[in-house]
Amino acid sequence: MSSLGRSFFSPGSGGTGTGPFDPARDAGYTDPPPRKGFFTDTSVCIGCKACEVACKEWNAVPEDGIALTGMSYDNTGGLGGSTWRHVAFIEQELPAPGQGGGRPDTVDLGMPTATLPGADPEHREHADFRWLMESDVCKHCTHAACLDVCPTGALFRTEFGTVVVQDDICNGCGYCVPACPYGVIDRRDGPAGDPAVGLAQKCTLCYDRLSDGMEPACAKACPTQSIQFGDLDELRERAQGRLDMLVESGETTAQLYGHDPGNGVGGTGAFFLLLDEPEVYGLPPDPVVTTKDLPGMWRQAALAAAALLGGAAAAFIGAGGGRR
Amino acid sequence: MTEQDVRRRGGGKRRRRRGRGEQAMVPDAEFTSYYGRPVVKASPWQADIPAYLFLGGLAGGSSLLAAGADLAGLPRQRRSARLVASGAIAGSLYALIHDLGRPARFHHMLRVAKVTSPMSVGTWILSAYGPFNALATAGELIGLMPESVRRSRIGRTLGVAGRPGGMVAALIAPAVASYTAVLLTDTATPTWHAAKRELPFVFVGSAAAATGGMGLVAGPLGESGPARNLAVGGAVLELGASRIMQHSMGITAEPLHQGTAGNLHTAATTLTTAGAVGAVAGQRSRIASVLSGLALTAGSACTRFAIFHAGQASAHDPRYTVVPQRERREARGASTS
Repeated sequence: MSSLGRSFFSPGSGGTGTGPFDPARDAGYTDPPPRKGFFTDTSVCIGCKACEVACKEWNAVPEDGIALTGMSYDNTGGLGGSTWRHVAFIEQELPAPGQGGGRPDTVDLGMPTATLPGADPEHREHADFRWLMESDVCKHCTHAACLDVCPTGALFRTEFGTVVVQDDICNGCGYCVPACPYGVIDRRDGPAGDPAVGLAQKCTLCYDRLSDGMEPACAKACPTQSIQFGDLDELRERAQGRLDMLVESGETTAQLYGHDPGNGVGGTGAFFLLLDEPEVYGLPPDPVVTTKDLPGMWRQAALAAAALLGGAAAAFIGAGGGRR
Repeated sequence: MTEQDVRRRGGGKRRRRRGRGEQAMVPDAEFTSYYGRPVVKASPWQADIPAYLFLGGLAGGSSLLAAGADLAGLPRQRRSARLVASGAIAGSLYALIHDLGRPARFHHMLRVAKVTSPMSVGTWILSAYGPFNALATAGELIGLMPESVRRSRIGRTLGVAGRPGGMVAALIAPAVASYTAVLLTDTATPTWHAAKRELPFVFVGSAAAATGGMGLVAGPLGESGPARNLAVGGAVLELGASRIMQHSMGITAEPLHQGTAGNLHTAATTLTTAGAVGAVAGQRSRIASVLSGLALTAGSACTRFAIFHAGQASAHDPRYTVVPQRERREARGASTS
């Protein structure tokens, strides 16, 4: 009972000897292209939602309800069957220096000027309010729970190391939905007549575009290069450089999220530079692929099954071989 | 509570005064969330799935009861248990298929066999169990037919195949009853995943209680000894394992005591306890046995629905995802994410 935490994916378990962090090779591709992914630098996201729109346009993802959530400027709400990119908006009141908290006095923001922010010495003081924006997406985990638990094989690993659902195989069982530690994948529930209603849907990292040597629609549309697409190794280097730069310039809470191959999902194909803790953005602080504990779970189920078999036998022996 | 309230410190208003002087398992944690929105997604499953869990347990347990009754020479208990097993497995199969987003594609489950997917493993367990269970039932039904049918070639074949069919079904049956726990625990749903050690025992105990209960309802009093033992033993295992489970789950046990899940959990505990006591105390009375059996069966169903709803509730509240993960991360002392 005690060793439930034993790693299902201990390093070196990837049958080909290339280690556990090359998902395409582990999935059986003999000569895959370099692993592709997203680096989303939220520090330069302006919340324009071009990525959301481009994703819907290219992938023919239907609208997912036109309703106001009443929270910030985010009326998309979260990732789901008809939302494969989602821009989160967080309004943060940071205590002004010396005030220690509480609602700060209103500040005359003045007329917009053509100077750089902070260049005007009159308005150089620390702002007491900030926006955090983050374009969220499927993480394309190295150890993907959705793919592990899919009972039909509808979810598969592509040669680019990404995870994609095949619409013509998925039977809509919905098991991938609670399995995902990031809450990404969902069953599409409308509109009526859409061919994917009732099927699990999520970001494909534009598998069709990648196959033709193009970049995903969201990255193509991003006007600030907040969403960067490329070879994962190179993206990780670039992200580290950007993080160092931000920390040096005083953003001490900046952090990379999901990049580490040693994390609970073996590192994600889509990772993020965040300016605050992950849960502020609605991301899990320490996600673990659910199937990591599966050998222990099967062992417990086997023990319980044996207990039931033994118990049933004992029920008959206890009854003196039958009649009361 | 509006979403604005939970925006910055989502947990603040959720603190609950605990009844019965229970100690808080962990200190109330302040936590941050994105407008109180869930981090993980609740399963899209409806009542079909807890019904499936219950019926699967009842079917598996009843196959064991039938096989035992067959060996022990209790023909009427054997017959009723075989019929219960068939009805339950047919019902569970219907629930499973009905729950699919695309029911017509049920057979896609048979494309692959994956040990990493409890649903795939379960499909194969059911595929192995179903035909043998059907054979046992056919053997039972043929015995009820007119002599001309029983004497026919097919009648004689089925009559002979009933016992081995029932025995093989009984060997697979424990897996039918226990794998459903893994189906739930192999998810990121906080309350289900945290129950990974004990839930299989809760489920097989619940299966035995329901089986014994149905044995008391459908079987004759004169052959009810083993069913009564099974019912009481199952109830004790279910209640005991459930208590241990709740202690090991930390804050993710809370949803089991709140709202719909809380009501169902209370009902399950009450019905199972009352049923077990009644099964022992009323063993000479047909009426008391039937009532106890019904209580045990209903208690078992309530257990499955309580666990199901508690998991759904835990997925809807980001607190149950964020707080345990923060604690794990901080205990590790690293900031890898």
